[in-house]
Amino acid sequence: MSAKQILKTRIIVGMEIHVQLRTQTKMFCGCGLSFDAPPNSHVCPVCLGHPGTLPVINKQALRFAILAGLAMNCRIASYTKWDRKNYFYPDLPKNYQVSQYDLPICGEGHFDLPSETDPQTIRIRRAHLEEDAGKNIHDTGAHTLVDLNRAGTPLLEIVTEPDIHSAADAYAFCAELHRLVTYIGISDANMQMGQMRFEPNVNVEITHREGLSKTPIAEIKNLNSFRSVKNAIDYEAQRQIAAWEANPGYELGQAANENRGWNDDRGVTEFQRTKEAAHDYRYLPDPDLVPVTISETMMKEIRTDLPELPIARRKRFVSDLQLSSKDAETIVDHRATADLFEDAIEAGGPTDMLSKQMINIWLSLANDRQTDIANLGVSAAGIAELAGITDRGDINKSAAKQIAEAMLSDKQSPRELAKHLGLVQVKDTAATQAWVQQAIDNNAPAVQDVLSNPKKAKAAVGFLRGQVMRISGGQADPKLVGELIEKLLTPKPD
Amino acid sequence: MTKSIDADMVRRVAILARLRVSEDEVQRYVGQLSRIFDYVDLLNEVNTDNVEPLTHALPVTNVLREDVVRPSLSSEQALANAPQADRGFFVVPKVLDQESS
Repeated sequence: MSAKQILKTRIIVGMEIHVQLRTQTKMFCGCGLSFDAPPNSHVCPVCLGHPGTLPVINKQALRFAILAGLAMNCRIASYTKWDRKNYFYPDLPKNYQVSQYDLPICGEGHFDLPSETDPQTIRIRRAHLEEDAGKNIHDTGAHTLVDLNRAGTPLLEIVTEPDIHSAADAYAFCAELHRLVTYIGISDANMQMGQMRFEPNVNVEITHREGLSKTPIAEIKNLNSFRSVKNAIDYEAQRQIAAWEANPGYELGQAANENRGWNDDRGVTEFQRTKEAAHDYRYLPDPDLVPVTISETMMKEIRTDLPELPIARRKRFVSDLQLSSKDAETIVDHRATADLFEDAIEAGGPTDMLSKQMINIWLSLANDRQTDIANLGVSAAGIAELAGITDRGDINKSAAKQIAEAMLSDKQSPRELAKHLGLVQVKDTAATQAWVQQAIDNNAPAVQDVLSNPKKAKAAVGFLRGQVMRISGGQADPKLVGELIEKLLTPKPD
Repeated sequence: MTKSIDADMVRRVAILARLRVSEDEVQRYVGQLSRIFDYVDLLNEVNTDNVEPLTHALPVTNVLREDVVRPSLSSEQALANAPQADRGFFVVPKVLDQESS
């Protein structure tokens, strides 16, 4: 038995998140933002850090930061200022990054993470505006190449309190925050493009026989997927527990805190540097940028841009519209989808059928085309009508999918398309019975299974039903077909 | 009171500023910087109990611009003063084992 018997462990995680704001221009100059433009094609004397130039604050970035702060229940500063964070690196042309030190634009707030079993509140410590650095490209021999297109891109850095206690909760929080920033429209938050980056600060509280210990804190740099956040925290916590068991001095305050990087291929965190020789960033107020005051009027005006937030909307869809929580989550995930869904309800569509078709038809069509439902070019009225005629039994479910596909290129109404494509459901029993009889006549082996092979009977009925639908050109009512198959193939009592 | 300036602090500040200073210079700067700090320390004699902290020297706030794209430099112009450039990039000595923040 180990000398250090562990009774209990508890992971402690605080997150730092960088969100790239969806502005047209950079934080302090009029250069446009670009992801893959030729190197140094979106730069000017300001973002190149030429002497004698003066930065000017982007009003939209300021509004976005306030909007995000309001969405996270933050105290918005009535007075906020700009500071220089000094360090030397080739991607930082001025040798300082403009950031906000002691008077950030957003102060304390909180984020309520819903869960049926274990709802949590993650406190927000602060959120501040800053400019991104450029990019260093290291893969050439003796030199480093520098592209400053990204230098000056507006970022919102959000910092939470260490209120997260599992890797799964960290994943849930990051996903929820991602949904929030896209919902309020402050960021596209495209993670492949690095528009949202996560840095968990991880340590572990260990309860053991002799008392309570804490491991030193590791900051895992620059994660760009929810999955890597979860995996990195899981790995790092286990690594710290093992290190604590093996090393007497591995305690918070005794051993140094460190920065680590996540190696996704190997599934491990790797040491980068200790924070013992902590960078001294020599923050000082930026004399080139004057402070900003935020009035009540301005805040009120920005508050009107705040939509219903995803968590509240999900709750309402479950309580008022009687959606399952899973369906509510799927529909609310993208604002455009949820908006269209609500517009279609407004246009008279039946809620239950609409929610099914949103997910099974419209979202799947959008996903196939790698786009958003809003970009399919289908109106809320059309979506509502399709759900309506499906709900009434005028068309069956598979016909609904065909009609939906036709609606992408054809401006006729779903009703007209149903007629046009011959998909109006036939409810006539005689006609349906003729189709069923044809299927029975043509498929003797399946009929045999239904009648005398209990193991295969169910599959055989399904097969016959499919045959009837095919023979009818999709016009048969599946429910009626099922009833007729059963009626015609029930062994008659001798 | 302000922290006094000693040789270690001068060396530390020199490292942060990426300045190479000789031992002679360290000693000289300890003297010079101490005198500057002592002078600035005179401010501590002023009673500031009822004075609002000042965060900026200019009595101006909210100088903002609309989020409208303005022309950038051409890549040729951007690189015109670069000591070394290659395929549109600035070229700098190889950066090793350091990371940005």
